This record gives sequence, structure tokens and C-alpha cells, in this order.
Amino acid sequence: MKMTDWVKTLSKVLYIDLARKRYWTEDKTDMFDRWMGGIGVATQLYKEEVPKGVDPLGPDNVAIFAVGPLSGIYPMASKTVAAFKSPLNGYFAESHAGGRSASAVRFAGYGALVIRGVSDRPIYVVIDCEKVRFRDAGALWGMSSMSVGRVLREVTEGAGFRTIMRIGRAGEKMVRYASVITETYRHFGRMGLGAVLGSKKLKALVVMGRGGIKIPNMKPYREVYRELWELAVKSPLAKKYHDLGTPENVLPLNEIGALPTRNFTSGKFEEADEISGEEFAENTLARRVACSVCPVACVHLAAIREEYENEKYFYKTTFISYDYEPIYAVGSNLGVSDRFGLLKIFHALDTEGVDVISTGVILAWSTEATEKGIISEKETLVPLRWGDWINYIKAIHYLTEQPNDFYAVAVRGVEALASKYGGHNYAISFNGVEPAGYHTGPLFISSLITGSRHSHLDAGAYSMDQKILSSGGKLPDPAKAADMIIEEDAWRQVLNSLVICLFARGVYSKGYVVKALNALGYGLGEDHITKLGWEIYADKQRIKIDEGFNPLSVRIPERLLETPTPLGQVSEQYVHKVIEEIFNRISKKKR
Amino acid sequence: MLACTSRFGYAGLNKSAVKVRSLGGFERGFQVITCRACEDPPCARACPVDALSAKEGGGVTLDPNKCIGCGYCVDACDIRAVMWDSEWMKPIICVVCGYCVNFCPHGVLALEGVR
Repeated sequence: MKMTDWVKTLSKVLYIDLARKRYWTEDKTDMFDRWMGGIGVATQLYKEEVPKGVDPLGPDNVAIFAVGPLSGIYPMASKTVAAFKSPLNGYFAESHAGGRSASAVRFAGYGALVIRGVSDRPIYVVIDCEKVRFRDAGALWGMSSMSVGRVLREVTEGAGFRTIMRIGRAGEKMVRYASVITETYRHFGRMGLGAVLGSKKLKALVVMGRGGIKIPNMKPYREVYRELWELAVKSPLAKKYHDLGTPENVLPLNEIGALPTRNFTSGKFEEADEISGEEFAENTLARRVACSVCPVACVHLAAIREEYENEKYFYKTTFISYDYEPIYAVGSNLGVSDRFGLLKIFHALDTEGVDVISTGVILAWSTEATEKGIISEKETLVPLRWGDWINYIKAIHYLTEQPNDFYAVAVRGVEALASKYGGHNYAISFNGVEPAGYHTGPLFISSLITGSRHSHLDAGAYSMDQKILSSGGKLPDPAKAADMIIEEDAWRQVLNSLVICLFARGVYSKGYVVKALNALGYGLGEDHITKLGWEIYADKQRIKIDEGFNPLSVRIPERLLETPTPLGQVSEQYVHKVIEEIFNRISKKKR
Repeated sequence: MLACTSRFGYAGLNKSAVKVRSLGGFERGFQVITCRACEDPPCARACPVDALSAKEGGGVTLDPNKCIGCGYCVDACDIRAVMWDSEWMKPIICVVCGYCVNFCPHGVLALEGVR
């Protein structure tokens, strides 16, 4: 890559040592020059920081937050990439979130933050451009994610310029799938970053991004900005995200039989109409908000009005965000069709600060295991029944409190539960991580095993399955399927290095990515960035393999092979061939 | 805010005369603060060195050469529409150009002439 001045605007990395309460910056121009930013750089920093075999919840794990050359600069470049070792499975993991996180880190003057060590007492950290302050969080420890946000908004400066990333009680208690919440409604949801921060006794991270970055040449920048903005706002490319939002997927997926229902026993939920994007929009949608630097406003907030128990005509109104994944995880997959109840579950999860997908799958397993008689109320403390949202909420709080052995095991994931109680064949997880909600077919299952985010967004393979379905349903041969998954996942490494929101992937075509970079002074071609994406993809896979990951030994839950997808029953053999093909391509490339 | 900041050749929020902030958390919604282009602007009256002068048709202009960076104008504005540039240590004064309006997809911002 041609060295540009623009790289210099990004190359400062802030190191924070929580054990010694010290901080310093290092110049990483070469790294940002070679690996762009975002996940590209986060991967390299992880390699520098985390030796093989360290305890994910010990002092040697780090939390890395990285942004990229387009962060805060162009529309929809709103995401921060976090990299860390996952406490769910002990491998390299990543998680992304928006809110104001990216613009705050970028305009505070940093390309990445690296948080090391374990504090001797609960603290929170405030980054105000070049100054870092370590503050006592004794008074905040034990607080819900909502309350800690409210307090920090008042006691720190920078309203309108800052991000407040924080953990709830679940993170403090090191629930392995605890999340980090930012700006109330956005999450580093998956893979347990909340537990990592909890292990470091870091309750919150406030970053104030008051600075700005001089644009080398305004004319081309303004032109490209305008074009991207028009595409984001006026073209159909991002339309689904601003109209109904991601819940738009509920009905189409149910229609084809790919909406996981009652612990994946079916791909159709008979009450899907009640929890569709349309129903939510018409009956409960109260406000839509956007992340910083994004004109789309995909964050859909529902309002629920509740009467106080003992006071007639006394109400409280709460705004709760909703999306497709939560609707699957604690809606169809738990047989919950009551929208009010569903929103109350989302709120409980956000308050505790725990990943909705993992929690939903764990509660679904627990409900089925109760039905089958391998566990009982003695373990779950409340009877778990499909659709009974009141008891599900109680169980969510028990996950944080861990009042008995059952819950102490449940916080380690559904595989840990199955190891103790049995019921492996319906414990839905891959490599220790519970999956996103698409029972679309074999390509999606393959991508869950090979993707590092364990998110549907790794390669978007749920969409590939659906395209195969709509063009007749004939599966490509495994080599071709491997190529499709690699090509998409590798390209997404570029987008995740810039860093743009993947909801903007339609807007940021290869051509536009090159245009956007070159308007800032980069001199790059499409071939270069395509190659870079592959290099990052392969590097991430190699890190996991070095850490002991064997993709071919990853268990595919039998339930997922039994319950037919729209493409029929998934063949384990086919999935294994796809994975083999993917990893053959990775090992052929030299380091 | 980004559009406004870009008038000065920057990307960021640091030079913006428009401010967007939450009303105490995203769950309570947002407020957008812009200059109302007052007819008799209190900020101009508070300036001890006449760096701010009232414009015909409303609003003020800043003469940065006169400005001593005292910040009285910021305090004088009850709607908090005089922002502060902590790099140049001078107020950020809206020139009422309406450029931001082009980038507001939801019709929150408008530039109107008032008699």
C-alpha cells in the first residue's frame, strides 16, 4: 500500500494497563499501512498481545477496540471492531458495535485501544483525547447497564461527542456470553466481551471524541461523500434497514421454513405473524434512531406502557430496541409470541448485559430438557414452558445471580449444560457458541463453523442458501460452496477494516471502497484490497488453528441435521467437505 | 454536524455549529441545537471587544481577528447555540448558510427567511 498522510491520522494506538493504572501511545503507522485498520489491525494487535494458551478471563487477555480509515469520515462508517480471546471457547474472537463508539475513538485521535491487565478494584476509564483517567467504580459495581449509563452521563463530560461502553451485572459475574453495551441500544453482543471486561474489573469505558481530522483535498472527498450519502438515503440498497429494520426477515424466513422455532424443532412458527417486523412497526414502534455518522436510522425502538401495580392510572413508558436476532432467539425459539412479553425479555437481557442469542438458545435447551425430564424445577427454580415469558425473565436474572449449580453451569454455555445433564443432540451450538437464527441450509452451517464472529454476518451464508433455494434448490459442489463462503467472508474483512457497518455493504461496492479511499489520498486498486481481505481472513483462521481449533472436529448438533431446512435435511458429510475445502485453501497459502 | 465541520476542511464534529445530543440518554430521544439567528442577538451584546456583530436579517458574524476567546458569548446564549472550538479557542458561529439542511434526511433542519 502506498503510504499516505491519511494513515498517520489513524496510526496512534492507545495502551491502557489496568493493573498499573498507566497508559501510553505507540505509533503503528506500518501496521495501519499494511493492514488498513479495523479487523485487519485488531488481528495483528491480538497476535502481538495474546500468547497461545492464556486464560480468557485472566490478566493476559486483552480487549482491543479498532476503527479504520473511513470511520467517522463517510456515511455509515459507524462500527468499532473489538478483538479478544473468547471465554466461551478460548479462541480468537471479534465483535462489532456502533452507537457513537467509532466516531468517539476516531476523533479522540486513535486508530485502536488496547486494554491490558486486571485492576485490583472496580474502575471505569475515561479517555478525553490525549488524557486517560482511572476512576473508582466502587459505587457503580453491581449496577445494571442502564443505571451505570445514566450515572456516567452525568458525571463525565462530552455530551454529544462521547461513547459510554459498559457492562451490566452479567459481565461482572463473568457470564461467558455477557455483552458490552454502548449508547443504551447497541451491543458488542457476541462471544463474551462483557465477561472479559468483567474479569478486568472494568465497569465502563468512556471515550470523548472532540477532535477532528483535516481532509487533504476537500473536492473529491465532498463528491464521494455526497454520492455515498445519496445511496444510503435514497437508493433501495439500505432501504430495508430503515423501513421495517432487520425484523423484515421474520415472515420471509418463516415462509420458507427457516425461522428456528422451539429449540430448532421446526423452521416454522405458527404465530410468526404476531412477531413480524410489520406487526412491531404498526403496533409498538415509537422512534427510530441512528448511530453517529449514519443517516439510515436502523435502530428501531418500541415503546411499552406499563401501569404501576398498586396505582391506577400511573404509568411508566420504556423504550426498547428490537431486531431480527432477538426476535428469533427469545421469540420463535422460545415459543414467545406476545410482543409485550418479548420486549420485556429484551429489556431484561439489556439490563443484565447478556447476549440475547446465547441466552435464548440456552433457555430453549433448558425448556426442552425440562419437557424430556432430564432436568426439573429443582434445577431451573422456575418452571420453564414454551411461551412463558415471565418465567424466562426470572431465569435470565438467575443467570446473573447463579443461585445453584445449574445456573453456575448455564453461564458457561449450552454445551457445558449438555456435558453435565445430557441432551447433547439438541444442545444447539458450534464450537462452544450458540448460533444466529437462520435454519436455511448447509452453507449457513458451514459458515458458522468457519466464521470468527459466529454471527450470520461472517459470510452472509444464510443469503446464499436462500439464493440456492430460489434458483431451484440444487446445492453447488462443496468446492464451489467453499469458494462462495471464502469470497464473501474475505471481502467482508475489507469492509470490517475500513470500518463500515455491514448494513452498508450494498452501498460500499468494491468500486466505491476504492473511490472513498482514494479521495483521502490512498492510491489503491480493487485487486489490492481484494487480496488484503483474503490475507486478513486467512490470518484470522491461522490464529485459531494455532490456538488448537480443529474445524473438522466441530460437532454439528444432531437436531440441526434432523429438522429439515428449506433445502432439505442437511448432510453432515456435505458440510464437512465444504469445511475441508475451505481449510485446504487456507493451509495452501504460506504464512 | 459532519456536514458543518466539513466547511472548514475537517472531518469530525469539532468545528460544527450544529450540535446533536441526547436528552439524557438515547432512550429519551435527541435534541438538535442550531443558531436561531436572533434579531437582537445576546451573544453579540456580551462580546467585550465587538468581535461579534449583528447581521441584517438576523444572526451574527464573527471577526476572529478581534476575538480574544473570552467565551462570554457562549454563556450569553440561553439555547446553547454558540459552540466552542477548543483547538482555536474561539467560538464557532453559525453563518446561516443552510449547508447542513442538505444532509438531514428527516426534515429536522430547515433554513427559512422570516420577516
